[in-house]
Amino acid sequence: MDIIVCVKHVPETAEAELKIDASGKTIEKTGLVFDINEWDDYALEEAVRIKEKFSGTVTAITVGPEDSDSTLRKCLARGADKAIRLTDLKFTNSDAYATAKILYSIIKNLHFDLILTGAQAGDDGSAVVGPVLAGLLGVPHATMVKKIEFGEGKAVVNRELEGGLEERLEVKLPAVFTVQTGINEPRYVSIMGIRKAMQKEIRVMGLADIGLNESEVGEAGSWLKIEKLYVPPVEKQAEFLQGSPDEIATKIIEILKSRGLV
Amino acid sequence: MAEIFVLAEHRQGQLRDITFEMLTKARELAEKTNADLTAVLLGKNVREHAKNLVEYAKRVLLVEDDKLEHFNSDAYQKVLSHIFKERKPILTVIGHTSYGVELAPRLAAALNVPLATDCIDLAFEGDALTVTRQMYGGKVNVKAVLRKAEGYMVTVRQAAFQVQKPPTPSNGEIEEIPSPLTEEITTKRFLQYVLPPPGGVDITAAEVLVGIGRGIKDQSNIPIVEELAKSIGGVLACSRPIVDKGWLPSDRQVGISGKTVKPKLYIALGISGAFQHVLGMKNSDLIIAVNKDPKAPIFSFSDYGIVEDLFKIVPPLRNKINELKAQKT
Ligand SMILES: Cc1cc2nc3c(=O)[nH]c(=O)nc-3n(C[C@H](O)[C@H](O)[C@H](O)COP(=O)(O)OP(=O)(O)OC[C@H]3O[C@@H](n4cnc5c(N)ncnc54)[C@H](O)[C@@H]3O)c2cc1C
Repeated sequence: MDIIVCVKHVPETAEAELKIDASGKTIEKTGLVFDINEWDDYALEEAVRIKEKFSGTVTAITVGPEDSDSTLRKCLARGADKAIRLTDLKFTNSDAYATAKILYSIIKNLHFDLILTGAQAGDDGSAVVGPVLAGLLGVPHATMVKKIEFGEGKAVVNRELEGGLEERLEVKLPAVFTVQTGINEPRYVSIMGIRKAMQKEIRVMGLADIGLNESEVGEAGSWLKIEKLYVPPVEKQAEFLQGSPDEIATKIIEILKSRGLV
Repeated sequence: MAEIFVLAEHRQGQLRDITFEMLTKARELAEKTNADLTAVLLGKNVREHAKNLVEYAKRVLLVEDDKLEHFNSDAYQKVLSHIFKERKPILTVIGHTSYGVELAPRLAAALNVPLATDCIDLAFEGDALTVTRQMYGGKVNVKAVLRKAEGYMVTVRQAAFQVQKPPTPSNGEIEEIPSPLTEEITTKRFLQYVLPPPGGVDITAAEVLVGIGRGIKDQSNIPIVEELAKSIGGVLACSRPIVDKGWLPSDRQVGISGKTVKPKLYIALGISGAFQHVLGMKNSDLIIAVNKDPKAPIFSFSDYGIVEDLFKIVPPLRNKINELKAQKT
C-alpha cells in the first residue's frame, strides 16, 4: 500500500506567551518551538502502522519554509520512506484552500492507495485541506477518522461524531482520510532512527516545478485574507487568587466553605 | 430576492441545537441585507422538522429521499449543488460539526464558493463578508475577509450564537424539491452508529469534578490529583489529550466529543481552555482553574484563577481539606 501523509510544521503555543507582530496579521515566531502538527502526528503513525502491516511506502509531504525540514526528518525517522517539501516565496499567505491546491498539484503525479492527514492543524484550526484535496483528486474522503480497517478495494472507518458517538462508513479506495487524535499512540523516535533520517534526502520543489500559476497560490489563490489578529475580549475574567501556595490553598478552602462544598 | 441558506443539521430523528443557533445569526444577517432566510432540510421522513423550522425561517427547502436517511457528504453535495445552481444563495451557513467538516470544504471547492470555517462571528460589509475566527487554541482572534464572490459559505462554531426565537414566528412556507439523486451513492456508505463503551464512571452525575489536562505532564502524576479528588469527595475528569494518551478512560472526557457536565464545582488543573473542552464544562456552578500561563483561555471561563504550577497547589490544598475533615470528626 502506497500512502501519502500531508503534514504541517506548527508552533507549540499551549504554554507559550504569544505576541502579535508589528504587521498585526501574524504572531511573532521567534522563540517559539515548532513541531509536527498534533493531528498529523497521529496520521503519520497510522500510515507507518499500515505500511508495517501490508508493506508499501509512506511519503511525507509538507508545504512550508525550510524550517519544516525538522518535521519531515521526524517523519522519516518514524518510518516514512520519502519526504517532499513544497517551498516558494509565492506560497506565503496561502490559506488552507490554496495549500490544498499546492498539495494536489504534486500528488496528482504520484501513485497512492491512501492519503492521510490531520483532521485539522493546531494553529489555524481550519479542517479544510483533506476534503478539498480529495475533491480535487476526485477520490472519496472521510474526516475525523478514529479507526481504519481494510477490505477489498475499500476501507471501513469510524468517524467521530459529537458526544462520544461514532459512525462506521465504508469508503472506496483510494481515498483521503483526515485523522482524529487518539486513533493510535504515536511512537517515540530512537536516536538511531534520527541519525539514519539525517542522511535521507528531502525533495524540495517550488511553484515552477509543480506547474501552478501564481494566481492560484498565496493570497490571490486563497479564500481567506487575514485583516488583523487581536487578543480575544474577555467576557468573564476570573478573580485571581494571589499569595504563596499555602495562602492560596487557604483561600480556596474559604471559597469552598462559603459555598458549603467542604 | 437574495437568499441566505442555513443547512439544517439533524441526527437520529432530532434537529441539533446548532441548527437554531445558525438560524438566529442568519436571521440577523438576512434582515440587514434584505435577504430571505431559507432553511435547507435534507433527509428521509423529516417533514416534522420542516414544521419546526418554518417558525424560524421564511421558507424551508425540503428534499426527501430514502438515500438521505443517514448523513452522507457525497449525497448531500449532489443535492446541494443542484439547489445552489438554481438559487445562488449569497451566503450558506453550515455547522462546524462533524457533519459540516465532512461536507463544507469539498462542496465549497466544487462550487467555487469561498469558505471560512469555524467562525464565531460574521458580518457583511457592503458585499464583502467578514468573519471572526480563532487561532492557536483560542489564544488569538482573527478578523478575516473572504475573497469577493457572488456567494459565500461559512461553517460556524457550536454555541457561538445564542438561540433566539423570532419575536413573531416566521410562518414560513415549505417548498418541496424533488430529489436529484438518481442512484445509490457508492463512494461512501453509512453502515451504523457506534456508541461509546457502556459502564464506567458517570461524571455527569458527580457534584464535584477535578479536571486534569496536559499540564499533568505524565501518567505517573495522576495519583496526586486522584488523592485531591478523593479528599474533596469528587471524581476525576479530564481533557481529551489525557484520553488520547490512554491515561484515563474515555468516559472521563469533558467536552464536545466527550461529556457535558454541570457540577457544583469544577477544578481545572493544567487545562488550557480550548473551546472544545470549555463547551462541556462552562455551565458548572463554580469553576476554579490552576494554570501556569496567565493568558490561558480557561481563565475567561472561570470564577477563580490561580496562576501557578498545579503541583505546588494540589498538595497543600489536599492537606488542608484533610485537616478540615479531621477536625469535624
Ligand atoms: C473535533 C475536535 C473535538 C475535540 N473534542 C475535545 C473534547 O471533547 N474535550 C477536550 O478536552 N478537548 C477536545 N478537543 C481538543 C482540544 O482542541 C484541545 O486540544 C484540548 O482540549 C487541549 O487539552 P489541554 O488543555 O489538556 O492541553 P493543552 O492545550 O496542551 O494545555 C495544557 C495547559 O496546561 C498548562 N500547564 C502545563 N504545565 C502546568 C503545570 N505544571 N501547572 C499548571 N498548568 C500547567 C499549560 O499552560 C496549558 O495551558 C477536540 C478537538 C477537536 C478538533
